[in-house]
Amino acid sequence: MPVFFGATFLIFALVYAVPGDPIDALAGDRPLPPAVRAELRSRYHLDDPLLVRYGKYVSGLARGDFGTNFRGRPVSEIMKQRFPVTIRLALLAFAFEAVLGLVAGLVAGLRRRSLMDSLVLVSTTVVVAVPVFVLGYMAQKLLAVELGWFPVVGIRDGWRSYFLPAVVLGSLSLCYVARLARASLIEAMRADYVRTARAKGLPERRVVGVHALRNSLIPVVTFLGVDLGSLLSGAIVTEGIFNLPGIGQATFSAIQTQEYATVVGIVTALVLIFVLANLLVDVLYAVLDPRIRYR
Amino acid sequence: MAMQAPAPEAVAEAPTREAGLWSDAWRQLRRNPLFLGSALLIAVFTVLAVAPGLFSGADPRACNLSNSLGRPSAGHWFGYDLQGCDYYAKVIHGARVSMTIGIATVAGTTLVAVVLGTLAGFYGGLVDAVIARVTDVWFALPTFLGAVVMLSVLGGKGLPQLTLVLVIFGWPTMTRLMRSAVLTVRDMEYVTAARALGAGDLRLMWRHILPNALAPVIVYGAIRVGIVIAAEATLSFLGLGLQLPAISWGLMIAGAQARLLTAPHLLLFPGLFLSLTVLAFVLLGDALRDAFDPRLR
Repeated sequence: MPVFFGATFLIFALVYAVPGDPIDALAGDRPLPPAVRAELRSRYHLDDPLLVRYGKYVSGLARGDFGTNFRGRPVSEIMKQRFPVTIRLALLAFAFEAVLGLVAGLVAGLRRRSLMDSLVLVSTTVVVAVPVFVLGYMAQKLLAVELGWFPVVGIRDGWRSYFLPAVVLGSLSLCYVARLARASLIEAMRADYVRTARAKGLPERRVVGVHALRNSLIPVVTFLGVDLGSLLSGAIVTEGIFNLPGIGQATFSAIQTQEYATVVGIVTALVLIFVLANLLVDVLYAVLDPRIRYR
Repeated sequence: MAMQAPAPEAVAEAPTREAGLWSDAWRQLRRNPLFLGSALLIAVFTVLAVAPGLFSGADPRACNLSNSLGRPSAGHWFGYDLQGCDYYAKVIHGARVSMTIGIATVAGTTLVAVVLGTLAGFYGGLVDAVIARVTDVWFALPTFLGAVVMLSVLGGKGLPQLTLVLVIFGWPTMTRLMRSAVLTVRDMEYVTAARALGAGDLRLMWRHILPNALAPVIVYGAIRVGIVIAAEATLSFLGLGLQLPAISWGLMIAGAQARLLTAPHLLLFPGLFLSLTVLAFVLLGDALRDAFDPRLR
């Protein structure tokens, strides 16, 4: 809870410190009569001190009101329109990185120093080094434009149009997941409880599948939990390259047109998601490691 | 079984060998081809950043529009950009921005993290609680959106502003790392011994704790340089970082996107250099971790 208020207040204060008068931006070329200007300023609480404004904003939030942008459109409506695109993209990327990352990491960890292991290590290092926008354009040019396997931009082709962006978005975290899974599995395989399980004469499948795997999953789950939040917020570049009308593009244009309310609303929603994801991770810990539950 | 191979060597070296963490790590590193390779790459990029003229006689700002979008040729390996500037010269000169921002940002982040992390780990209690709360709050902010908003607040979009923003959003992870490293060292016997001999807090932190708690931060710092270089390129690419006519790989790639189909070399070369730089630092971090963390050997 303090995290939520601290983070939202910080972003609130930051956004309202952006130089420039939003009413001027709203008015455009025509000069506004002072009365209209005063009315607009009071409607958007522009003359209140920062803390009062934040208080009003939070009490609005409690009623589910994310504020209204300067064109009179509720921010929650913008989010309702934009979030589904980003959520679809993020979930697909998440599934991609979690499944493929775990498989690659576990295979590499079990057969340490094998060909497969080196392959995973080398390929993850290389992908980590290629920035998302370089990777995105390469993938778009090769797979979509040249080979025509995927739609180039937009979301008109349903799930198919999300596939390539999701792979691009998830590839960086995929590498982290694979490396993390590999390292923690290797460590778990050396642990005393694995030796004990082997000494008891348990079949190797059970030793690895139950004893080692379950314990080595904890750091991976932590990472995945945090990453779900950053997938949702970090899609600005990917959405831009593939022209997906998601939350990243909405934020980007909102910053450029000084639509404070939209920026603050979206970031608030993202902080909420982050806090909830962390809560979920804590619950999963207890499932994976009973010691945490009984502490 | 695994003990057999290194044993004779270890015995032979034993009498003269210094067993400290740093000398031990250094001996590991000297034999690691990964380390040598990445160090060589970083050295090359450093020379590119300091003295680009050594590699390219052409002036990246002397452009001739009649060469616009020229393809790579024998005389001009990387071809020309839209304005007809020699692309090889531009790509070479781009190293300076990336290296400067990577190293300046990580130096700043490390300074903040080492000070705060050491204080939090050493004193615990209220100091620790306050610092932990602040890092928690910072973690909840979406890094990238936060950086974008903060850059618009700062107004200017030059190297100093970018560095500042990247430090502001980079310090929490490193501070946590430093704090936990200090915690493991703080209660060691030699620290207690030094305290018993009358060493003050500052001396304890500086002489006894810091040298033994720095390794994880150094490993992460090397990787962090790579991350920061990629972040700068991304921000510049979005139009939120450096502005033209600055020469930066991110800006070059941004300029290349509109002509992806007709002039792919505009994307290829800066993308390649950018990736190689990031790769070098990530590999360096990996090699350092292997050297410092005996568990993975």
